[in-house]
Amino acid sequence: MTGAPVRRDGPDIDRRTLKERSRPGRRAWSMPELDVPGTEVSGRQRRQEPPDLPEVSETDIVRHFTRLSQINYGVDTGFYPLGSCSMKYNPKVAETVAALPGFQRLHPHQPEDTVQGALELLWRLERALCEITGMARATFQPPAGASGELTGLMIMRAYHTKNGNPRSKVVIPDSSHGTNPASVTLSGYKVVQVPSDPRGLVDLAALERLVDEDIAGLMLTNPNTLGLFEEEIQGVAAAMHRVGALLYYDGANLNAIMGRARPGDMGFDIVHMNTHKTFATPHGGGGPGAGPVAVNARLEPFLPAPVVALDEESGLYHWDHDRPDSIGRVHGFHGNFGVLVRAFAYVFGHGRDGLREVGERAVLNANYLACRVKDAFPLAFPGRPMHEFVATARPLRKGGVRAMDVAKRLIDLGFHPPTVYFPLIVEEAMMIEPTETESLETLDAFAEAMLQAAKEAHEDPHLLHEAPVTTPVRRLDEARAAREPKLHW
Amino acid sequence: MRFAPHTDDDVRAMLAACSLSSIDELFSHIPPKLRLDRELAIPEGLSEMELVSEMRRLAARNRHADELMCFAGGGAYDHYVPAAVWALAGRSELYTSYTPYQPELSQGVLQSLFEYQSMITALTGLEVSNASLYDGPTALVEAAHMSTGATGRTRILLSEAVDRRYVQTLRTYGAGEHFTVDTIPAPGGVTAVPDVGGDVAAVVVQHPNFYGNLEPTAAVFDAARAAGARAIQVFDPLSLGILAPPGELGADIAVGEGQGLGNHLSYGGPYLGLIAARPADLRRMPGRIVGETVDVDGRRGFVLTLQAREQHIRREKATSNICTNQTLMAVASTVYLAWLGPHGLAELGRQCLAKSRYAADRISDLTPAELMWPGAEFFKEFAVRTETPPRQVQRKLLDAGFLVGPAVGDEGLLVSVTERRTREEIDRLVKAFGEALS
Repeated sequence: MTGAPVRRDGPDIDRRTLKERSRPGRRAWSMPELDVPGTEVSGRQRRQEPPDLPEVSETDIVRHFTRLSQINYGVDTGFYPLGSCSMKYNPKVAETVAALPGFQRLHPHQPEDTVQGALELLWRLERALCEITGMARATFQPPAGASGELTGLMIMRAYHTKNGNPRSKVVIPDSSHGTNPASVTLSGYKVVQVPSDPRGLVDLAALERLVDEDIAGLMLTNPNTLGLFEEEIQGVAAAMHRVGALLYYDGANLNAIMGRARPGDMGFDIVHMNTHKTFATPHGGGGPGAGPVAVNARLEPFLPAPVVALDEESGLYHWDHDRPDSIGRVHGFHGNFGVLVRAFAYVFGHGRDGLREVGERAVLNANYLACRVKDAFPLAFPGRPMHEFVATARPLRKGGVRAMDVAKRLIDLGFHPPTVYFPLIVEEAMMIEPTETESLETLDAFAEAMLQAAKEAHEDPHLLHEAPVTTPVRRLDEARAAREPKLHW
Repeated sequence: MRFAPHTDDDVRAMLAACSLSSIDELFSHIPPKLRLDRELAIPEGLSEMELVSEMRRLAARNRHADELMCFAGGGAYDHYVPAAVWALAGRSELYTSYTPYQPELSQGVLQSLFEYQSMITALTGLEVSNASLYDGPTALVEAAHMSTGATGRTRILLSEAVDRRYVQTLRTYGAGEHFTVDTIPAPGGVTAVPDVGGDVAAVVVQHPNFYGNLEPTAAVFDAARAAGARAIQVFDPLSLGILAPPGELGADIAVGEGQGLGNHLSYGGPYLGLIAARPADLRRMPGRIVGETVDVDGRRGFVLTLQAREQHIRREKATSNICTNQTLMAVASTVYLAWLGPHGLAELGRQCLAKSRYAADRISDLTPAELMWPGAEFFKEFAVRTETPPRQVQRKLLDAGFLVGPAVGDEGLLVSVTERRTREEIDRLVKAFGEALS
């Protein structure tokens, strides 16, 4: 029900590094005998000392990484209620099909007529993502969400430049993810922050006061980072469009509205998606992802080149490089194709009915869980949450217990903690996103763990301060790691 | 396919617990005008069996490197992927995990990344590596940002023998007026030692370069250092068992494409951006870095560290916007490098070197084709000058079952020979080359 937590039990585990396992002369590799005449690199180019890599047997390697996997928590291990991350189940069939040699063994420089299946896949996935978001065309080059943001902002800049003035500022809400302001800076714009109102929504009056013709655009998630639907989004869009600015949709929270509402219909001009959130491609311990960017028709000319094209007459696909207004290339090849194969499997496996159900169940799960825990962990804002909610551990503060202590106690109780201390505008924030793939029993068990932690915070706070005590390592000295960086063997 | 586990009874019970009467009520605060009043124009869902059939159909419309003999290169290479690599990197505790922000539950990924950083510093001879970037070209963009930050200058000098894709990517990201890019000529297929002015933030050389040739890297980097510019080397990690490491050649920052380190060709991604630098640039490094520390009981453990550089702390003042990176590819590369070890990597380098030399000699001896740069020393890739347009030659070789390329402008064709190719396969390629040109 809760998954198997990462536990320390039995005799102390073998925590040696590969370097510490290394013995001169031991090896895992094998290679055929060289069957052509040997040659040497000229002296000045030659490496004098072999690199300091470990010398280990294949058994050593297999035991080492198997052990490491056993002290790591994943979606396959258990519930992962990380707000803003959509840690849903990653279907196994997506892994199976991505490993087909017809996808996995394609060289990126192959001529187009030898990769018609890959191009068809990208073309159909593009059509589906544009339908889901209400956009016209998309690029698959961005390999992650932040890269998608920067790509979208460069498109924004190219559009305004084409119209005679690149403008200088981009508006983001104070509840936004850190990648938003970082991407704004990298795209050459200055950040202007708009506050949230008492409901946790963009303060429309404040926004209207700060927009002028030097504003290039606004970046927003909807539902926003507090899990709330921006009900005045049409007013926001009107305020931006009135001064010729563009609306950028950060797709981090797209899971909530699939099949129910579309960014394009809300007035957004640019959308990025995170396939590793919404479309269940595995997070890989922090990557790879894929961050497709879709735009409406007037921004299409600025998309990164090339884009996939279909010749209707011949039925053949090709790469269209003839894009004079394109912002250029944002990835070395065509983006994270292997990740996109998995996203395709997810989208077409679910279909229109399944995708809509995904959003519905995700929102149902979040609302149910919010109801279960809100007496101990009140919601930060009163509105009805969508696919995630932000609660606060503030009531525990007077007993000296912080959100991080609750998070660490949840580890001992068998769960990965939620996102804590984000968004920044909520004191002692605990941001919880259960996703649609969790059962009622799991949600109940997690709610019980939350309530137990809250109770213990009053009765036995050292359980929270000391936590975790069951894991292979306990709380780590992060200050020391930063003060005396030891970054390699 | 469905992965939401709710029964009808579950849904009813959960709605009731929230005092709601229907699913629609959960969405009732979306303004009516914004509600999608139709179904998405996407086909109905498929069963798993139907989906697998459809994916197989699509895959079968591609010709791939198990069916064609792969001598293609230009930034992606058919190196052998040992069975252990994905048997381990493919363990689902690793690949279904999130970014290791909760270190007590993430020691597997964190220690793997620490070992990855250790191996990248060992390979490059530079002291600091991060935990991965997207790919080679975007790693160069990050190195350019580091250089402008370090020097306060904005001009990047880049050899024309650097892969065009790197140049294109650099120009895209420079367009926000962060830096300008000028090229250094490469007559004879290797970079000329440039005049480096006082306005230059960085000098970029790819070694081995786009044509496969080894560069007079140390001389170019001396010129960079004399002018106070950062020296950036685009390197091939598979070459570093036998070629002198970037740190020894005078590079301040080394960036590279890590695809060959156990990652599949996969039509161009997911690959792996490598970056390593000197300690002076540590606080300018982009992205995640893992450090060793101890827990409250004094046990060794690993954490994400120096996060004050990163977007989730520094927001608009971060060194980069990168968040999601290519961790899983870095883990795979760690398994791969452990499997090869120092001697396997050197043997792999010797095989690439000897086999590509053999192929180049055979093509120039036995066919009408010539090498573009007959005197040049190369590692695993070389450029063949063709009288007929290179894409026509490429097409004829494809018809004969060989993948080669990419083309070098309108005059040449790259041929890449990894450790996987046998003498017999090379001889067959040479024969096909002769026929394609006759």
